[in-house]
Amino acid sequence: MPAELRQQVRRALAHPHLSAALTRFSEDYRSSRARAYEGIDFEALRSRIAESKARAASRLDRLAGQFATAASARGARVVRLHSPEDVRRYILEVAQQRRARLVVKSKSMATEEIHLNAALEAAGIEVRETDLGEWIIQLARQRPSHMVLPAIHLTRGEVASLFSRETGQPLEAEIPRLVRVAREQLRGKFLAADIGITGANIAVAETGSLVLCTNEGNARLVVTLPSVHIAVVGVEKLVERFEEIEPILAALPRSATAQQITSYVSILTGPAESAEGGPKEMHVILYDHRRIEMSGDPLFSQALQCIRCASCLNVCPVYRLVGGHVFGSVYTGAIGTVLTAWIEGWEASRGFEQLCIQCGACRDFCPAKIDLPELILEVRRRAAAATPRPLAARAAFAVLSNRRAFHSLLRAASSAQKPVTDGPWLRHLPLWLTEAGKGRRLPALSAEPLRDRFPKIEQPRSPRRVAFFAGCLIDFVYPEIGEAAVRVLNRAGIEVAMPEGQTCCGAPAVFSGAPDAATANARDNVKAFCGDAFEAVISACPTCTVALQSGTPRLLRDAGEEALAEKAGQLSAKILDLSTYLHKLVEEGSLRLPRGAKMPALTYHDSCHLKRTLHAERPPRELLRGAGCELREMRESDVCCGMGGSYSLKLPEVSAAMLERKLQSIADTHAAGVSVDCPGCLLQIRGGAAAAHLPVEVQHTAQWLPALFEAAD
Amino acid sequence: MVEKFRRSAQAAGAEVTEVRTAGAALAALARLLKEEGVGAQGRTAVWPDGPLRSLFHPELLEQMLPGVVLDVTPTAAAAAHAGITEFECGVAATGTLVQDASAAAQRLASALPPVHFALLRAGALVETLGDALRRFDASRAPFLALVTGPSRTADIERVLTIGVHGPRRLVILLYEPETVHAR
Repeated sequence: MPAELRQQVRRALAHPHLSAALTRFSEDYRSSRARAYEGIDFEALRSRIAESKARAASRLDRLAGQFATAASARGARVVRLHSPEDVRRYILEVAQQRRARLVVKSKSMATEEIHLNAALEAAGIEVRETDLGEWIIQLARQRPSHMVLPAIHLTRGEVASLFSRETGQPLEAEIPRLVRVAREQLRGKFLAADIGITGANIAVAETGSLVLCTNEGNARLVVTLPSVHIAVVGVEKLVERFEEIEPILAALPRSATAQQITSYVSILTGPAESAEGGPKEMHVILYDHRRIEMSGDPLFSQALQCIRCASCLNVCPVYRLVGGHVFGSVYTGAIGTVLTAWIEGWEASRGFEQLCIQCGACRDFCPAKIDLPELILEVRRRAAAATPRPLAARAAFAVLSNRRAFHSLLRAASSAQKPVTDGPWLRHLPLWLTEAGKGRRLPALSAEPLRDRFPKIEQPRSPRRVAFFAGCLIDFVYPEIGEAAVRVLNRAGIEVAMPEGQTCCGAPAVFSGAPDAATANARDNVKAFCGDAFEAVISACPTCTVALQSGTPRLLRDAGEEALAEKAGQLSAKILDLSTYLHKLVEEGSLRLPRGAKMPALTYHDSCHLKRTLHAERPPRELLRGAGCELREMRESDVCCGMGGSYSLKLPEVSAAMLERKLQSIADTHAAGVSVDCPGCLLQIRGGAAAAHLPVEVQHTAQWLPALFEAAD
Repeated sequence: MVEKFRRSAQAAGAEVTEVRTAGAALAALARLLKEEGVGAQGRTAVWPDGPLRSLFHPELLEQMLPGVVLDVTPTAAAAAHAGITEFECGVAATGTLVQDASAAAQRLASALPPVHFALLRAGALVETLGDALRRFDASRAPFLALVTGPSRTADIERVLTIGVHGPRRLVILLYEPETVHAR
């Protein structure tokens, strides 16, 4: 993590109102967006968009040609330009030929991307942004911190002082008054401008049409009043057929601003009559800038499906803490991380690809079905490959790839920590963990790992056997979760084995952009589990479950180890998370849940991988309720707790801020306990509750269940 | 469908007034313009050509609607307090008005004045946006305008504020010209 970015993160977190304002926004967004989508099948809608945009992305070159032919036939001048310099030069030439003195613009990310305003101003041309948010940003000499709400980071007071400076009269921080000032100030500019510049939300190849969506009505004036209109359109805005605008028009306003439709949608097909009557001059610049190259990349081509709704920003638990000036460049948040790497180069991200906590919320909300977390991981991998890893990190991953070395290190660490532990909590942390202790007490490594305890567990013999995949946290920190899981499984008449050759699931190495270490883990795990006949392989950690289910076969395939990859595939079909498996046992009648247990009310925290990758938010809740437990849902139960594996070590401040929010949601339910299905979330929330003296008991669902059984027995 | 359209349009911040005939639409328009002060103290309204307007003689219109300007130039529209435009289609699902706005006067009249009166035949309502778009041929209409509610922004602290660069008030007058038989 570059020191500069870390500084920016700290400054953003210390900002008096930024996080609070963005967090309120993101909470409101989720509920208002849900209302806007009422009665609409979001999955079906986004599949239509993803298909249409993916088809377009696979033939951008052809569609650009088709657009040019159609729009030219209607009288537009269409040019295809590749670099930002080409676009700036073209626009300057048009402006100089027309002796333009004043340009009005409606909001366009493409012109932000090429830094057009600076180029026009340098040539002595006055430029006015007319979207209110963009105008505020222009007056503040900043860049947008959000793709849809550019000035979301500023308060009415800050806007009032910017407008006071601009108008030379003191203005109160009263929003309707400020909006009137913007109308009055910009009206004259619209009427006097020589050129209007816009972007486009959609470009239709077959008809040569551009679609512009706004709420303020500024784009209609920008394209109507000046005698020249220039549209700068990234080629990724292309779709083939006119009817394909319909699903995008349905999703864009709902996902962007929770509206059914924006106040104005203008569909321009060639130049329309100019304001003074007579023909209008219309230029359309189809702009490439590595987009066609991107469309050839098997993984990154899907980023071209983006419709720029910014929902990946709105639901990101990190964006809402640090904002778009830290998390992003011209483009912000998750999609911004990906686009910046391509458009500005791998160095340009300054490491903000590491801000992603991989919770997967953006993927769930993306109306273009882009697998953003996966793309960000790939940015990390490519960025890591481009810069040499520090020696300490290389050494750590070398140890992680060697199971025996890794496990001896953990055992050594467990005995070395003895003088510094305080009961189950680490009191004085080793230096490398110092920052991680902020706002959270860290557990001590267990004196005896699960792999040593396991053979001592007395189990009934049974023809029904499953294997248990512990994962590092359960094996070395929380072996009691593993023991509890065995107790519940035994109640269903199932015998549990724990193959000794198992090691780390590989997820930490993958998340850190070190696939080689993960491949070594994958090899060990497949070998450990493929020998014996188990009806299932069960893990009580959703991250491990996901890693074994999909990561392991892919890593081995990528490494060219076909035979092992095939075994990994067979293994992946047997992997289940504990709650899903227990729920299955209840449904088939093998496990009878206790009835009438007297237990205090619990609240449930959804772990990111369990909810969003395994889609298993129901089984743990049904198990707990079925066992007679009162569950009180907390606010934003599925927003990440801030653990994110090594994320909490890398960005402890962000992690701590997310945790604080989670603890507040928990406290507000007044439940006596929290149930989680992930040992990482458990570490985070239990440690946070202890540090905050919040009197709740935090346990894995696997631990609450035996307690419920015992309470009923 | 009229009820659905009314609900959607109102949800988007528009006002909806329903009348029976073209003549009643004109009378309603006269009342609305008067309420907005058009015709007094030099306040004007612009009304570019449209099916309802063409039913009446210009002199009759100028007499019935004091302050109305039928020659819509940028200057006239920028100076006007209200704009009157006629739409070809309405979308019940979203309360959207759809118009071939290729003639600049249509855009000037609906975008520049702070108040917008939109005329729409009740029989021109369709269910969805897709239904509406299928009624137009983009290659024959260089500028298709979709209007839903008044101009709005939430760019300062996400506080919804009505009327930025476009109208702050949108009144939709639904009428049924079928009952009119003669000019």
